Amino acid sequence: MNRKISVLITVILVLFMVSAISAAENSPPKVGSPMPAIELPMLNNPADLQYLGLPSGGKFFRVNQVKAKVVILQIYSMYCPYCQAEAPNVNRLYAAIENSPALKDKIKIIGIGAGNTQFEVVTYKKKYSVELPLVPDDDFKIHKVVGEVRTPYFIAVKLSDGGKTEVIYSRLGALGDIDFFLKQLVTSAGLK
Amino acid sequence: MKRTAIMMVIAFCFFGSNAYAASDAFKDNIYNPGQLKPVDSVLKVKVGQKSPQFTLKAVSGKTISLKDYQGKKNIVISFVPAAWTPVCSDQWPGYNIISDIFESNNAVLLGITVDNIPTLFSWTNQMGKLWFEVLSDFWPHGAVAAKFGVLRKDGVAERALFVIDKKGIVRYIDVHNINQRPPLEDLVRELEKLK
Repeated sequence: MNRKISVLITVILVLFMVSAISAAENSPPKVGSPMPAIELPMLNNPADLQYLGLPSGGKFFRVNQVKAKVVILQIYSMYCPYCQAEAPNVNRLYAAIENSPALKDKIKIIGIGAGNTQFEVVTYKKKYSVELPLVPDDDFKIHKVVGEVRTPYFIAVKLSDGGKTEVIYSRLGALGDIDFFLKQLVTSAGLK
Repeated sequence: MKRTAIMMVIAFCFFGSNAYAASDAFKDNIYNPGQLKPVDSVLKVKVGQKSPQFTLKAVSGKTISLKDYQGKKNIVISFVPAAWTPVCSDQWPGYNIISDIFESNNAVLLGITVDNIPTLFSWTNQMGKLWFEVLSDFWPHGAVAAKFGVLRKDGVAERALFVIDKKGIVRYIDVHNINQRPPLEDLVRELEKLK
């Protein structure tokens, strides 16, 4: 009996250590580090595919497959009041980029609905007239890889030749002034 | 007994963190109870039966009776377990942006927990201005939840959705796993069936 208990306690301790190591690995992406590998569900809307320069087909895509110099990832949820409040600001950011001939083909945005189903993503998209692509993360798989961040959370990833990625912005909360944010992003990414 | 205790420790280690209620709106104010028994009560109503009647006080100051809506509106009752807990805190903010879906299905939403009014007032204030009534089933404690058979043994309500048509007949019941949020599409599909 005692032996059984010792074995169980050992198993628990080992599992706990594995859990702790795994939690440490999944901290929010750090500026200057490569972007953790995430698999985003493939989009089926032709306009979204064209916006991101992705071929149709396949189940998933990766951030470094997007045709851009910088990809901004917005981790949000339809169920998050602060994300709801930030939606118009993200729309302004999207419009500012799309209306700028200098930035239009260089910066792209993708929204990731943490814990949201496809239906919930579409509901949010309609509610806030969101034009940028939104993908569901209904099982929190992506959310876990990016360190289970609070929402809204924004990560900007610089893409280089050979599929290299570098996180240049990683922060919780609203973006604030869009012009200031874009100016800083352009500088950090060396787009000028 | 020992084995149960050990399994509980394992469950806590691996499932203690909860990705729900990640909204920064709640900051560090959410109490995480860890993984709970998915359902811990026995339903007392069935689809096709008349809904139990009730009258409860709302955070808005109104007194709400189910009969007030009968003959006029379909009703969705959303029981959630408790204020300031993970899944509950990001269920109603989602419903808060889809009043149009409820309106187009001629339905009202009534949110119910077993918390008292001051607690519900503080908690729902973090969600922004809610368009639906939030009712307190605090005293006699959980009496309405008990009528529906969704009062858990620890005194909180289940995470349960009831759709009641204009005639007062229960048309849909989802006593959901307390640890997970019901997908919105399931509720919308049931509402659309009432047309």
